Amino acid sequence: MTAISDAEKLRQLGEQATEARMNVEIETEGMTLNLGPQHPATHGTLRIIAKLDGEQVVVAEPVMGYMHRGYEKLAEVRTYPQVTTLVNRIDWVGSFANETPFILAAEKLMEIEAPPRAQYIRTVLHEMSRIANVMLGIGDMGVQIGAVTPIFFAFRDREYVLNQIEAVTGGRFHPNFDRIGGLKDDLPAGWIQNTQNAMDKVLEFCDQIETLMYGNEIFQARTRGIGIIPKDVGLSYGVSGVNIRGSGVDWDVRRDNMPQGLVYDQVDWKVWTHPDGDCYSRMWVRLQEVREGAKIVQQLLKQIPAGPVMAKVPRIIKVPAGEAFVETENPLGVMGYYIVSKGDLNPYRVKIRTASFSNISITPWLLKGVFVPDIIAILGSLYFILGDIDR
Amino acid sequence: MISLAFWIETTFRSVGGLAAVLLPAGPIVYIFLFKMMSFMQSRLGPTEAGPAGTLQLIAEVGKWIQKEDIFPEKADRLIFAAAPFVVLASSFLLVLVVPFGPDAWFVNLDTGIYFALAVSSVSVIGILMAGWASASKYSMLGGLRAAAQLIAYELPLVLAVMGVVIQAGTLNMQDIVLAQAEGEIFGWGGIGNPFIITQFLGFVIFMIAMQAELTQPPFDMPVAESELVTGYLTEYSGIRFLLFFIGEFATAGVFGMIASVLFLGGWWVPGLDPDSNLFNIIGPGVMFAKVMGVMFLVFWFRFTYPRFREDQLQKLAWKVLIPLALLNIVFTGILKVVF
Repeated sequence: MTAISDAEKLRQLGEQATEARMNVEIETEGMTLNLGPQHPATHGTLRIIAKLDGEQVVVAEPVMGYMHRGYEKLAEVRTYPQVTTLVNRIDWVGSFANETPFILAAEKLMEIEAPPRAQYIRTVLHEMSRIANVMLGIGDMGVQIGAVTPIFFAFRDREYVLNQIEAVTGGRFHPNFDRIGGLKDDLPAGWIQNTQNAMDKVLEFCDQIETLMYGNEIFQARTRGIGIIPKDVGLSYGVSGVNIRGSGVDWDVRRDNMPQGLVYDQVDWKVWTHPDGDCYSRMWVRLQEVREGAKIVQQLLKQIPAGPVMAKVPRIIKVPAGEAFVETENPLGVMGYYIVSKGDLNPYRVKIRTASFSNISITPWLLKGVFVPDIIAILGSLYFILGDIDR
Repeated sequence: MISLAFWIETTFRSVGGLAAVLLPAGPIVYIFLFKMMSFMQSRLGPTEAGPAGTLQLIAEVGKWIQKEDIFPEKADRLIFAAAPFVVLASSFLLVLVVPFGPDAWFVNLDTGIYFALAVSSVSVIGILMAGWASASKYSMLGGLRAAAQLIAYELPLVLAVMGVVIQAGTLNMQDIVLAQAEGEIFGWGGIGNPFIITQFLGFVIFMIAMQAELTQPPFDMPVAESELVTGYLTEYSGIRFLLFFIGEFATAGVFGMIASVLFLGGWWVPGLDPDSNLFNIIGPGVMFAKVMGVMFLVFWFRFTYPRFREDQLQKLAWKVLIPLALLNIVFTGILKVVF
């Protein structure tokens, strides 16, 4: 834990030094710029208070909680099957992925296992929500640094994925499809072939965006060497998912700590990392993530077994007393549910570990000394969803 | 040459000046900002208002006019109110020296291009006024960025024009057109000598600097909507925002005219006698076509590139464009003496 205290100490020293320099040498008063809660760059209600020296940030502090909806507390007065409706709204562009860890944790407590077909479909939908989410994140990065075109491409091609999610779950954004012990329904006819085609479109989008955005000199000039997260600092702040893989940490829950009930071990895929740790490397890993996701989906669709999609579960679900923690690799990073049950219809306590909350906690460290335009590039490359921060 | 009474001629020229600034702005916004942008982003753009959405712009203008004209509480009211007019005035001043035909000019100054480049900086004052008087931090940052940017890119703009001036041997815009019409490339005068061929480097520098002068992406830091909300425009609404908007695209059109006069032969088309009266009639049309061509380039870059950072922008101006422009002047000078 020395990493935290050292970094903290450095941070405070740096803070004092800059303040002193500002007040004594230049004899100017710093300007406090209030980015948000209503600001085009934060796509939601994140507020960042930045103390500026000219256009350089001296201190930046994120203020969260403008969208707090109290899901952890609300979950205590809902029955287990009702909770999925709530947690759908945490990361609203990759909704299905929010349900998975909760359901898996409940299944772990009840000691039941979903049938193989349900496990495969679950994994497919989990990956598809990742694709839909991350595609939007890539397009959004373009808007953050001033190119409007990529996000329209992202919106256009994300539609193929959302249509497929809607075809099987009935909801584009909030599927509410996962059940304890399996899934609500089986796949509709012809869905597998259509999804294969949709994945081809996604791969096409990846190639297109790579030449349009990643190959652009200005994009590289704006993102390379900006907002570098060193390995140890990132780990000590609890940064996870793509953001830590962009710093060269080869850690993916899907591969290293796969919870029971998902079938990532059945397919051939790769965890991409990038050694640089800057904005560009995070966005690059994100692009590879979409590609790998599409490949995982295509492989899984080929080997979905036949059988039921629902295990035998009691009509009224009572989860036996105990505690369980299950984490999965979600689009934004590692998401975990810690459930405490006293054997009732409701969970006694639910703690939700969301990825964006930890990812955003590094911003005061990361934004020190950068310029105002870089704040936006860094926030865009960290890619958070406000619902995932405030839940 | 036709001879008219002085007051008739003056009225014609004044009305023509108004029309030359305001008329291209509409088609530029509709064709490029609405339709071409939509095409590049694989969406439809406006379709409902009028045939293919052609009346959308009128609807937008109506919307802006009927909106409340809000003044921030702490704003410097007089300067806040005057700023959009200063910006718009600069594009009217700019168009004065642009010729549209052998007789279709507004003012035939001997120092035409010099005048144009001088008054193009007036808009900086308007933008600084807007940024300062809004009493908003975003506006302030935007205004300061705009001032830094416009002043930095004034220099490559002027230096790029120098090559043309050396080759044509005159500062008069009308004479620059005639120099291109009567010029020859290595003794062959088939298409005259549009300076885009001999001054290609100058044209490229001029286009980049023009993009920056117009604060279009990738040089739109002053209004960077994802960082500064909309920079110096943040506090404006209603008709004053509309004036800024018209100013932006009218200035784009006028800069397009200057670019086509300097590099594309202005109102002249190859194969016709530049002295013929015909050009007084078709000249404006030819100019419009050439302006649209230049605008296509401007908006193509606008929709493709992300935004530079402020320091990268300054680096591009001082370390790349200005040395290149100086080199261009040296080469043009040497060639002018040799041939």
